Amino acid sequence: MIEIKDVRKKFNDHLVLDSLSLNIQTGSTCVIIGRSGCGKSVLLKHIVGLLNPDSGRVLVDGKQVSALSERELNFLRSKVSMVFQAGALFDSMTVAENVGFSLIEHTHIGQKELLERVEESLCLVGLCGVGNLMPSELSGGMKKRVALARAICIKPEVILYDEPTTGVDPITADSINNLILSLHDKLKVTSVVVTHDMKSAYQVADRIAMMYNGKIIFEGTASEIQESKDAVVHQFINGLSKGPITETIDNFRY
Amino acid sequence: MMLDKFFVSLGNRVMSFLYFCGGLANLAGQTVYLVFKPPYKWERIIEQSKKAGFDSFPIVSMVALFIGFIFALQTAYFMQRIGSEIYIASMVALSIVRELGPVITALVVAGRVGASITAELGSMQVTEQIDALETLATNPIKYLVVPRFLAVSLMLPLLTVYANAIGILGSYLICVLKLGISSTMYMTVTFESIFFKDLFTGLFKSWIFGMVIALVSCYEGFNVKGGAEGVGKATTNSVVISFIMIIAADCLFTALFYFILP
Repeated sequence: MIEIKDVRKKFNDHLVLDSLSLNIQTGSTCVIIGRSGCGKSVLLKHIVGLLNPDSGRVLVDGKQVSALSERELNFLRSKVSMVFQAGALFDSMTVAENVGFSLIEHTHIGQKELLERVEESLCLVGLCGVGNLMPSELSGGMKKRVALARAICIKPEVILYDEPTTGVDPITADSINNLILSLHDKLKVTSVVVTHDMKSAYQVADRIAMMYNGKIIFEGTASEIQESKDAVVHQFINGLSKGPITETIDNFRY
Repeated sequence: MMLDKFFVSLGNRVMSFLYFCGGLANLAGQTVYLVFKPPYKWERIIEQSKKAGFDSFPIVSMVALFIGFIFALQTAYFMQRIGSEIYIASMVALSIVRELGPVITALVVAGRVGASITAELGSMQVTEQIDALETLATNPIKYLVVPRFLAVSLMLPLLTVYANAIGILGSYLICVLKLGISSTMYMTVTFESIFFKDLFTGLFKSWIFGMVIALVSCYEGFNVKGGAEGVGKATTNSVVISFIMIIAADCLFTALFYFILP
């Protein structure tokens, strides 16, 4: 279980997370929605220990992430994988080296088993046989899927997705959503998906949490969020240009 | 109002300088600690050594040869006036081994290798590859900085030895082919004028310069903010700061050796 308790995070004078709290049940898929730049990725980075909160706590399986030693943090990271927005593939390595990176660096498995694990992960994301390509030879959608293969190659218990469908065409976006669902079913992982793509959110979520002004202002199922009477939630999920979110911005601007 | 702005700007500059010093010292401390912490990935150190050392041979050869030519001609200008052409050999040898070889090689490596390290790590930073390394339970300093630190700090003294030889060769060619000094005489005077301490002080300085180049370029790469513009800015900063620190370290160690190894 992932517990986020009263987390505050400031960058210079900008308060990004404002006493934010959220619980994510083991084995569930939680989608965090919110406008671009509202701090969704920052929240994700707290879960995997890339950022530490100014105050508050993030607990994964009951252990406070910011209080872990380097060894414990590495152990946590062997169970929690993150898929970055643009893939973050190592461009000096082949696809196979990228996917098998953790196994090469942290285990002593043989070459045969390594190649099998890499190919198995690539096939799970529908990219059998591309191991010898370089990341620069892949399309945006393929890069995201290779990043996903890299994340699942270590057989994680939690996968964090940072905007998995941003910047890809609708068909690729749909196939990535199906992939998230099938990986969730096959590998029984806990998934945390950060997105502002509502179609994707409805498709993959067990629960949806909406971030606004550094807080979670709504948490519920896909049908509950669609029935929400909250004006901010309503404006965001329906993609309306007029409403309380843009009024605040307009007031600030003029 | 103008005075306020001046002090605010001055304060910001002082703070960013102190922040840079603190960050660089922190990176240096962690790097030195991780150098001695296993596991050792020799293939990465060898790969970086090839990039920093072997691939720098052509440019170092060219620069060192030209420096040898220029220095011989400039020294000859005065030595011919006092009829002491033969001392060109000793002057060139000492200047190159003690000073020009280490400094020129370091400046060339800072421009070629340091800039490339900053651009590479900076691009990795803006594309979240360094964050990805961390999420894959890999320490970016151990994985990225340590091999570059070892490679540049070990390759620079070797390149310096090579640059010294090529620089002296350049001067030899001018003196023997143009000024009519006998080859044997030139070689004898050269070897008689260089002592072990001259070679040692030059190589010690180049080892220090190598560490400076590696740390500054990695630090600037890790601290890139923004996109392509940030990478460009960091690369420029990396070269400029490395140049300044090389000259400052040269001044410090030359003074130090002057007093402790007179």
